[in-house]
Amino acid sequence: MKIAIASGKGGTGKTTVAVNLALSLKNAQLFDCDVEEPNCNLFLGYDLEKVEDVNVPTPVVDKNKCDLCGKCSEFCQFNALAVLPEDVMIFPTLCHGCGGCTIVCPNEAISEVDRKVGVIEGSVNEELVFYRGLLDIGEPMTSLVIKALQEHIDKNATAIIDAPPGTACPVIASVKNVDYCILVTESTPFGFHDLKLALDVMKILGIPFGVVINRCDIGDNRVEDHCIKEGIPILMKIPYDREIAKLYSQGIPFVNEMPEWKDKFLRLFRDVTLLSKMKDRPEQ
Amino acid sequence: MKQLTIISGKGGTGKTTIAAAFASLAENAVIADCDVDAADMHLILNPEIIETIDFYGLKEAYIDSSLCIQCGLCKENCRFDAITDDIKVDSFECEGCGVCAHICPEGAITLVERKAGEAYLSETRFGPMAHAKLSVGEEASGKLVAFVREKARDLADRYDKELIIIDGPPGTGCSVIASITGVDMVAVVTEPSVSGIHDLERVLSVAGHFNIPAVVCINRYDINEENTRFIEDYCRDNGIDVVGKIPFSRIPTEAMIQEKTVMEYSGNELSGEFSEKLNDIWESVMKSLN
Ligand code: SF4
Ligand code: SF4
Ligand code: SF4
Ligand code: SF4
Repeated sequence: MKIAIASGKGGTGKTTVAVNLALSLKNAQLFDCDVEEPNCNLFLGYDLEKVEDVNVPTPVVDKNKCDLCGKCSEFCQFNALAVLPEDVMIFPTLCHGCGGCTIVCPNEAISEVDRKVGVIEGSVNEELVFYRGLLDIGEPMTSLVIKALQEHIDKNATAIIDAPPGTACPVIASVKNVDYCILVTESTPFGFHDLKLALDVMKILGIPFGVVINRCDIGDNRVEDHCIKEGIPILMKIPYDREIAKLYSQGIPFVNEMPEWKDKFLRLFRDVTLLSKMKDRPEQ
Repeated sequence: MKQLTIISGKGGTGKTTIAAAFASLAENAVIADCDVDAADMHLILNPEIIETIDFYGLKEAYIDSSLCIQCGLCKENCRFDAITDDIKVDSFECEGCGVCAHICPEGAITLVERKAGEAYLSETRFGPMAHAKLSVGEEASGKLVAFVREKARDLADRYDKELIIIDGPPGTGCSVIASITGVDMVAVVTEPSVSGIHDLERVLSVAGHFNIPAVVCINRYDINEENTRFIEDYCRDNGIDVVGKIPFSRIPTEAMIQEKTVMEYSGNELSGEFSEKLNDIWESVMKSLN
């Protein structure tokens, strides 16, 4: 079973829920798909090994064969090529690696080389099977790294996926094929507004979901009221607690210090397992 | 005209709260909410929308099934797995690269424009504002950020404003890059947690990568004073100014519930002190910027 932890807005406690849930389960796999800011391992402190590079095939032009006809730049939808009077210029960070320029070049002047945009790392001999993706600085191809990371999910195990914040393509890439999505929010106007955006994503993708309200006692009741009205399961409420905030700031998963929370996360997992099975009912 | 972007790397550090406070303090500025993925600034600034502009992002392949002979060449050549076994386009995967359209022997595929969001030109109680809404699951958030910034520049020209205050998105990817390229300075709002520090380092290297000067503001510094000192040392070693430290407070949330900036909110006994603090930070930011 694949469970994603997501939130419309960053900083609501998504990573906290993902890490503490994974640590409360036995034999879970944890995937940090927030490849722009992968933070899970700050709480795990595992030794990580490089598993693979994530590459985009990027064109190189053989000057001897190129007659500067301009077909490649005309084709490229991303303006990653410019044909100048004497040369073809390539802007690698704009290239999506579609391979189109190679196909359209009438002179077979273009070949492709791998350009590294990120890396996948994994844990070795730790309590959890943990993988993360890391986008290289200055690189825009977030979704590609996420997709490469997801190739490592073992379908026979429970996989917990820490998704990136927001509602754009990296989120879709992270949650697209999951069985259940846990949306973490806080009960503030910003939290509520961004939760509604995340709910739209869930509805479009048809993923069953529930909500965890973090720092539930700061703010007002609008999130809870909305969930009750819409029949959205509230899976857990985490109060604002200076102890939790302090442990968080030190990078300590709070289930390790506050073992009563382990039971709460186990209950959450049981609920999620049941709820995800209900998704096949026609009226969900 | 100067441009200042407020970013955070990590979400939830209070970036928008601070950006909104800056907006209320700036005397002659345009506000641009470039956190297009989860725009929240309007919840405080209540902009009155004057003009709505459709935003077209990446194109998308469209297959005319009456012409298609199911040869499968498009699927085979699409590197993004965006064509299904029954030769349909998966909108979420398609990047609009055009390879399928080129390859199709029957000319059954065309690239079509796809509306990916809206940008708005608005008026707020603190001056003109450009903001946007990206449609759910869209690809081109970096492009929309660039679009909003272009609109903000138009507004600045139109109303003769000297400064654009940009609320940037979280992360370090394409939308962050789009929100900081070519600006005069970034102000990074961080918090003294291990994740805050980690993301601060990453986002400062992105700014460094594009040669943009940065200042740092530490929010909720008293949650972990040891980490706060670490951030201060780190910044000093890297020649970056820490322009201010803000204590943990319920004021931002209380103000938010009343749709006010922290500068306008006075319902807490510490409001005055809190506002003064932000005022000082704003002045330091302005000094660094000029
Ligand atoms: S299409 Fe080929 S020959 Fe023409 S300009 Fe591009 S690289 Fe050169
Ligand atoms: S591979 Fe595609 S995106 Fe890259 S330069 Fe060629 S046509 Fe453009
Ligand atoms: S336009 Fe490109 S990404 Fe979209 S379906 Fe065609 S080949 Fe695939
Ligand atoms: S390449 Fe053209 S004809 Fe062949 S399957 Fe695709 S759309 Fe149909």
